[in-house]
Amino acid sequence: MYQYTAFDQKIVDQRVAQFRDQTARHLAGELSADDFRVLRLQNGLYIQKHAPMLRVAIPYGLLNTRQLRTFAHIARTYDRGYAHFTTRTNLQFNWPALAQVPDILAELATVQMHAIQTSGNCIRNTTTDQFAGIAPDEVVNPLVWAEIIRQWSTIHPEFAYLPRKFKIAISGSTHDRAATQVHDIGLVALKNDAGHTGFRVIVGGGLGRTPIVGTVIREFLPWQHLITYLEAVLRVYNRLGRRDNKYKARIKILVKESTPAQFTEWVDAEFEATQNGPTLLSQAEVDRIAARFTQPTYKTLPQDDAGTVTFAAGNDEFARWQRRNVHAHRVPGYAAVTLSLKRKGIAPGDITADEMERVAALADRFNQGELRVTHEQNLVFSDVEQRELPALWRELQALGMAVPNIGLIGNIIACPGGDFCDLANAVSIPVAEAIYDRFEALDYQFDIGELDLNISGCINACGHHHVGHIGILGVDKHDEAWYQVTIGGAQTITAPGTGAAQARIGKIIGPSFAQEQIPDVVENLIQTYLGLRERDDERFVDVVARVGIEPFKERVYAEVD
Amino acid sequence: MLKLINRYGVVDAQGTDGWITYTGDASAIPVGAKVLLPLTEFREFAGTWQKHVGTHGALGVLLTPADDPSLIAGELGKLALIAIDFPAFTDGRGYSTATLLRERYRYIGELRAVGDIQRDQLFLLSRAGFTTFALRDDQKVDAALAAFNDFSSYYQHAADRFVNPDVLPLAA
Repeated sequence: MYQYTAFDQKIVDQRVAQFRDQTARHLAGELSADDFRVLRLQNGLYIQKHAPMLRVAIPYGLLNTRQLRTFAHIARTYDRGYAHFTTRTNLQFNWPALAQVPDILAELATVQMHAIQTSGNCIRNTTTDQFAGIAPDEVVNPLVWAEIIRQWSTIHPEFAYLPRKFKIAISGSTHDRAATQVHDIGLVALKNDAGHTGFRVIVGGGLGRTPIVGTVIREFLPWQHLITYLEAVLRVYNRLGRRDNKYKARIKILVKESTPAQFTEWVDAEFEATQNGPTLLSQAEVDRIAARFTQPTYKTLPQDDAGTVTFAAGNDEFARWQRRNVHAHRVPGYAAVTLSLKRKGIAPGDITADEMERVAALADRFNQGELRVTHEQNLVFSDVEQRELPALWRELQALGMAVPNIGLIGNIIACPGGDFCDLANAVSIPVAEAIYDRFEALDYQFDIGELDLNISGCINACGHHHVGHIGILGVDKHDEAWYQVTIGGAQTITAPGTGAAQARIGKIIGPSFAQEQIPDVVENLIQTYLGLRERDDERFVDVVARVGIEPFKERVYAEVD
Repeated sequence: MLKLINRYGVVDAQGTDGWITYTGDASAIPVGAKVLLPLTEFREFAGTWQKHVGTHGALGVLLTPADDPSLIAGELGKLALIAIDFPAFTDGRGYSTATLLRERYRYIGELRAVGDIQRDQLFLLSRAGFTTFALRDDQKVDAALAAFNDFSSYYQHAADRFVNPDVLPLAA
């Protein structure tokens, strides 16, 4: 993982000092609430229902155990002993005191962390594939590029006051695990026929009020031009994006209203005028940043560990966990492991300070002192020796993080919702809990098979409900919370005909439901699916793609009436 | 009190450095004045205004956030000042306008930020190529001057490299 230079450290330290001064001026009455609001948001600080909420950046999801222990310390010292991992691989503290936030940021800076641009109308934390660098299907490792983007976007003078927030995702694998098609900019690192590295550039995807799958505006951008091209896109957006209506201000609306062809023309003209200028990347610059990454060390091991294979043969529970929570690794004898933060009675993504420390100890023992955060609100150990899997599994069982629900209905993705968030129309966590409990039986979950269930408490879609195979959205009807249900959405699904992988936005099945109806509605959707599937490996989302939403709709509303 | 500063100190305690903004009444602009014109006025009547201000006066253009700087790209030699208005500090279009004027059209004259200009944006405005700043009237000058040094380094090339002799080196 990337190690700060003295230069990186200085920028973060100076940002803390700047925000400390801003906070002091605000508390002294010299900086109005309105003016301060924009500044604090760009430092990750919301003022929420009960207290401020501080969102800490976890750049492209990478974390070391020193940082995780610092989170634990902060949670205990400044908060209520726990924190929440978000769908954008960040961490949120829900109860800090405003006056103490500069101190928290200073603590974070001691372990090379910050909250810069985790909110506000600016370029946010870049996200990537949780298996970056280790996935067997990886073509280009996106991590160095993600760091280059992090540096470029940090305190960029031209793009600090955009029309709206701006999110970049980058993937380097054949299977897109970074949802690049539903970001403001999605980058797919790839190689051309000559073997040169470049990027497919996708613009104007997004969820929220107007869910749209992005448009490819450049099939292959040679890597040297990455920053110049990003600046071209951002400049067009900054100048022409709508500022009259915050619901129409994202880049996707500009791309849609101007048409993708016109938008591409603008970007190309801008790029034409700026390419080969000072933002052209050199191999030396890329190498310099790449050299700051520590690399995991690998032993020479056989492809499969015989002891673990034997153990799995004699232990169904372990075998089940291995099937769902252990993932292939490009290095023989290694595996990646997902630690499930989808546990009974605990909000998705939540973790206590004690648990953070126990996870840190496990990461030190089993994973070379590092871990990753996924956009599904789980944690990943990326470099576990296969022969250690049984031992790790036992430890995770003790933590309740060995629930074998990754990719299954139990792996519910949910925003904090109305329990914490000011924007929410409805609660998310109790809905997640009710569904979790209804489908708790693992045999049932395994029978249902792969299923993404996503819950958002409002149309901002932090729970990514549009791309859930089943999506649940909290809506406000006459000051009451109701829930709208979509089905058939997917982060990636194979398109019929072309075979290309693409994101898909779910379809609304009909009028919304009361909170207590939701577990039954989901149950009816599942039962409909089980009745319709033709093979065991035909997933829920595949059946919706094959037969449409009608049979689901009929059954659900027949039961409701 | 509105004050005009650059990164080294107060340029003019009155906030205008003698520039008069034309707001539709030509009789309010004395012969030989330094006059700041809206973009359309400048494009249509630059010649007339040049005669009016003569050799002792000067012309400037005041750009709104939506104005396209390419429209004056060929006439930068006539201008002693370009001011860019920030009706609200959160409207960031002016940063791109400034960048284009410096980077693309190679304007090296005075570039002034006017409107909702507070100390907390000065570092970024300066990096985007602005050289003078008409502070919002509640702003303190000393604190504002300190803000140019909020950061001693940065990650990106930016338009200040053309105009700021103190421009700092990039990350290395």
